[in-house]
Amino acid sequence: MKLTGAQIIMECLKEQGADTVFGFPGGTALPIYDALYEYRHEIRHILTAHEQHAAHAADGYARATGKAGVVFSTSGPGATNLVTGIATAYMDSVPVVAITANVEMKNLGKDSFQEIDITGVTAPITKHNMIVKKISHLADAVRQAFYIANSGRKGPVLIDVPKDITMEQCEYAPATPLPISHKNAFSASDILAAAQAINESKRPFLYIGGGVIASDAEEEVFALAKKIGAPVTTTLMGIGAFPQNDERYTGMIGMHGTKTSALCATHCDLLIAIGARFSERVTSDHAKFAKQAKVLHIDVDPAEINKNIQAHYEITGNAKDVLDTLTPKVKTKKENEWMQQVQTWKKRYPVDRAGKNAQYPKKILQTMQEFAPNDAVFTTEVGQHQMWAAQFLKIDRPRQFITSGGLGTMGFGFGAAEGAAIGTDRRVVNIAGDGSFHMNLQEIVTAVKYNIPVTILILNNQVLGMVRQWQKLFYDERYCNTTLNNPTDYVKLAEAFGAKGFHIADKTELRQKMEEAFRQDGPVIIACDINEDENVLPMVPGGRGLDEIIMEVNK
Amino acid sequence: MRLNVRYNMIRRYVLSILVKNTSGVLNKVTGMFSKRGYNIRSLSVGETDNPEISRITVEVVGDEQILEQIKKQLNKLIDVVKVKAIRSKSSVYKELVLVKVKADTKKRAAIIELCDIFRTKIVDVGKKALVVELAGTPEKNDALIELLAEFGILEMARTGITALERGADTIHDE
Repeated sequence: MKLTGAQIIMECLKEQGADTVFGFPGGTALPIYDALYEYRHEIRHILTAHEQHAAHAADGYARATGKAGVVFSTSGPGATNLVTGIATAYMDSVPVVAITANVEMKNLGKDSFQEIDITGVTAPITKHNMIVKKISHLADAVRQAFYIANSGRKGPVLIDVPKDITMEQCEYAPATPLPISHKNAFSASDILAAAQAINESKRPFLYIGGGVIASDAEEEVFALAKKIGAPVTTTLMGIGAFPQNDERYTGMIGMHGTKTSALCATHCDLLIAIGARFSERVTSDHAKFAKQAKVLHIDVDPAEINKNIQAHYEITGNAKDVLDTLTPKVKTKKENEWMQQVQTWKKRYPVDRAGKNAQYPKKILQTMQEFAPNDAVFTTEVGQHQMWAAQFLKIDRPRQFITSGGLGTMGFGFGAAEGAAIGTDRRVVNIAGDGSFHMNLQEIVTAVKYNIPVTILILNNQVLGMVRQWQKLFYDERYCNTTLNNPTDYVKLAEAFGAKGFHIADKTELRQKMEEAFRQDGPVIIACDINEDENVLPMVPGGRGLDEIIMEVNK
Repeated sequence: MRLNVRYNMIRRYVLSILVKNTSGVLNKVTGMFSKRGYNIRSLSVGETDNPEISRITVEVVGDEQILEQIKKQLNKLIDVVKVKAIRSKSSVYKELVLVKVKADTKKRAAIIELCDIFRTKIVDVGKKALVVELAGTPEKNDALIELLAEFGILEMARTGITALERGADTIHDE
């Protein structure tokens, strides 16, 4: 069967079960969008107002569903607008397939109108990218892109297709997607050494990250923790991978993690890292981290092992497959002193504790969650509200909490919320700050146009709270460019776009307005005024050891 | 279990990298080095006996941990087929250098004599200059370059190391 390049792209998307695409058309993408017109009943296209948002939406779709997200853009500025979204997905290992159009082959390299070397631009921020210069390579390029995005450590893949390649015709033969390889590279002796280390350990501590969610290994992690009676912490990316009401859960670890997690890391004798990469936001100072512990590092990406922290034992493989092999080899531990010690710490430093601090933001988040549907998904922007969401929301399943952990992209949460809502058919609440909200607020138009069930909960403190908090603590209260005082009327803004808006001035109207806001269909914006001097605590100042965690400040 | 002590010795490593001949592959390989802050001391690239595969030979300086990371990060690149550290003891390292030396008729004989001792070739002779071709290990080349410098070097081009293991061992074994 002879098809055009653009039709081949559509057929290959169908082969992969990709029925949703986020994007924005343009000159060089015309043939692709023309084919999309033909396939419009099989492939749904969500038109955003800006390509960055489309990339974030594809990312949120992937994080919420586990399926690769797909984004289309035209050449030049369309492609460069994807960059932040692709980098966000790359840093958090999210499977996204970006298909960009480019100028015709004869115009490549001539600085033609809307020409950009997008494979050159995105080489450092994609798992792989390619420009397709022969139509006979196109189908396999798309198939390979999905395979690479989904296999081993997941990540974004970009395919750049010159316009004439999308117009040329070529024989197309359907193909079934290859089974995804988990890229396991562990031996029986790796497992044996790890099992022995666990059996000999008196104070094991599980430190689990996004890799557990990516490999759907949450049950396997729970089984291991239960069997060896070990406390468990999650990274920001790992939130949802372990039940928060379980006695073994010590809360998040890192710069704004709990004191109990910091104490466990400091006092454990075996740190079992699963699908986590010892980012400096977790360890603070690599040299001071978990000094008493041997490290067992389980990760699907061999390059993560010994990158930031020297591992004593290593297992390279998919977390689920590794634990399926490892857990039966470890001995069951009964009541142990270590867990009792952990319980004492937990009592003294409760997991969702903020002391006297951030009481009202906590109350807002808890009230919101009371009225939000039980199956709601939560996304965040980046800043103080993100950390409060991580600390105070009750997240009881994987893929329920979606946040930009690695890149820390302000403006991510809204796009991710729309992608997650479209992927799951659930209401998604994007927890935002007023700073982050203003980065992509034009996208309310997308939410309204497609009637996407998103709620944007803005914790409005009129400042860039996290940066301001650092200025307060470490820059002598010199508040340079962090005071926003945006005069935005959020209710009118929502209404102007055709969404519903609520303003919650203080706690007296919190419950009633929150309840009303969650009775609405379609997109809703809730702006809650909060105090500019709320802090995110606990906090480990940069470069200090986790044992130097600050619990209170007087400012 | 591993000890931490192996990590501190800074030395030179030569890596042989087989890559698919795809658009932008050299950019991706060198980009990995700059992105992660590793220094390339020299680099040479050329096709192998299979026209779809090229061999990149990279000379880097670092410790064992850096070498391990470089190998792992290179292996993550989809277009990289194989990476192997080529050890000096069991390999042949060669680098081609062309040196244009200032040489009037009076000095010519002395330069030719020096080149004979080093068993190198003179590939161009002009009225005012000679071009000397060196094809040895970088250390041997350096030694001769230092001697030639006394005559005045007008310009110089080095290819960077290329290397193969001795005997029947190849990059495909391991």
